[in-house]
Amino acid sequence: MTAPSSGFALEITGLNKAFGGLKVTQGVSLFIRPGERRLIIGPNGAGKTTLFNQISGDMRPNSGQIKLFGRDVTMFAPHRRAHLGLSRTYQIITLFAGDTLEHNVTLGLLGLLPSRWQMWRPLSSYRHLATEARRTLDSVGLLHLADHPVSDLAYGEKRRVELAMALSQKPRVLLLDEPLAGLSNSERATVKSEIASISKETTVVMIEHDMDTALDLAETVTLLNYGRVIVDGERDTVIADERTREVYLGA
Amino acid sequence: MKWIGTALIAAALLLPPFVAGDFYINLASQILIAAIFALSLNLLVGFGGMTSLGHASYLGVAAYLSALLTSRYGFGHGSAALISILGTIVMAAFFGLIALRATGLGFLMITLALSQVLWGLAYRMSNITNGDNGLAGLTRPSPFGISLDSAASFYWFALIVAAFAFVMMAIFVSSSFGSSLKGVRDQPRRMAALGFNPWMIRWITFIYAGFWGGVAGLLYVYYNKYIHPTSLSTTSSAEALLGVIAGGSGTLGGPAVGAALVLLLKNYASAYVERWNMLLGLVFLFIVLVMPTGIVPGMQKLTAWFRGRPS
Repeated sequence: MTAPSSGFALEITGLNKAFGGLKVTQGVSLFIRPGERRLIIGPNGAGKTTLFNQISGDMRPNSGQIKLFGRDVTMFAPHRRAHLGLSRTYQIITLFAGDTLEHNVTLGLLGLLPSRWQMWRPLSSYRHLATEARRTLDSVGLLHLADHPVSDLAYGEKRRVELAMALSQKPRVLLLDEPLAGLSNSERATVKSEIASISKETTVVMIEHDMDTALDLAETVTLLNYGRVIVDGERDTVIADERTREVYLGA
Repeated sequence: MKWIGTALIAAALLLPPFVAGDFYINLASQILIAAIFALSLNLLVGFGGMTSLGHASYLGVAAYLSALLTSRYGFGHGSAALISILGTIVMAAFFGLIALRATGLGFLMITLALSQVLWGLAYRMSNITNGDNGLAGLTRPSPFGISLDSAASFYWFALIVAAFAFVMMAIFVSSSFGSSLKGVRDQPRRMAALGFNPWMIRWITFIYAGFWGGVAGLLYVYYNKYIHPTSLSTTSSAEALLGVIAGGSGTLGGPAVGAALVLLLKNYASAYVERWNMLLGLVFLFIVLVMPTGIVPGMQKLTAWFRGRPS
């Protein structure tokens, strides 16, 4: 279905987005290889989440192009991108609070199946979906809470459900928007190892502020500021770059 | 405990033709019709998060179509019913295209406006609809040669249709599609990111709700043997919405209970209290204050509390 015309998993060229006079994305180009671990950093308001929203289709760019495995998806609705193998998590927890963890993850599985249109068979009768959902919950260490509603959970656990929901879809490209935000040190270590264990079949693009943890996970780093790409490249090169220092420490 | 409740409901539904007089049997039939109508609206309001103030459109149009086809154009009841329902479905599909451009308050206003257009047409196109005089002298169908003219026979007919509607809608909301619908109600953005098409899910639900609204409309016109533009009015839509909210939106039994309450107040209390609307307002106020999620969820909470209390 997706004959790759280029070797990239995610190829963004000349992306622009403005809210009125505020330019939040300015000529952003990113080339991410399959299996790459890319960290996107930048101060608050640098346009990181807005960039994610454009990649996932929640927002339309004013100009520029987004290609997923060589396919132009710039004008695709979010659900069509999901079917091409794109998944994401949200910075602000976006879960089904009243439903059980199992149901939350089951919805993630259902989203990519034709049976999501089925109107006469109860969702609960799809035992293999429930089994699969529980397996995913087990992989993030939440199996023991599978039958609890999300609203019963602590913040750190909700973050892990976010991750489980996206992972259940076995995405080819996974966008993680601050997966470590608001976590305690021990939770941070847990989530870090969960992210580290994601299969190389999945390309991971991550926004994260916690550099100590996130840099270990990253192979390449992109630094954004005022909606522009400032530095882009191998992790150590970007860290050593003077402009990185400038953005983070001030000149 | 649960089977006692089910048995009580079954008894309440099966007994009227044996124990009650025609007045009460007819009242029960009307309640069933209002319940189907409220349940169909609840698919939108409760399960889809789409608050519509124009649901009477589907009841009214199906009723008018059936009335016109049988009384003016010489159709039999069977084919008239089929055409009326198909017409209602097509209309719901079209109205859905317009109304679903918006969500929330915008959606509500569009549904209201569309239903007002129909109401206005029913009044003004008097060469077809007979305007304010309404269409009278209609007949009831005789399915399988069984006459529905007696109060009891019509009640059985309405009960069979209502039971079928209830079961079908219960299956609908518990299906994968129903789960998708609830998901889209709670987190539309997340659902889209997971691969669901929120717009399509809402549109299909809108049409399905229109279909059951049309079924209620057929029963309505069969029962009354008369149709008037008020069936298309905002009041008619609002009463159903009131029933859904009072009974408990997003539950299966709630809208039926709420619809029964509204109908009883309207038909029964109006015999004793001249300003029954005021009474309805007070009852509604009481429900909103004491049981904000509706009667059925409120009662469930109450019984759970009683059972949980050490006696």
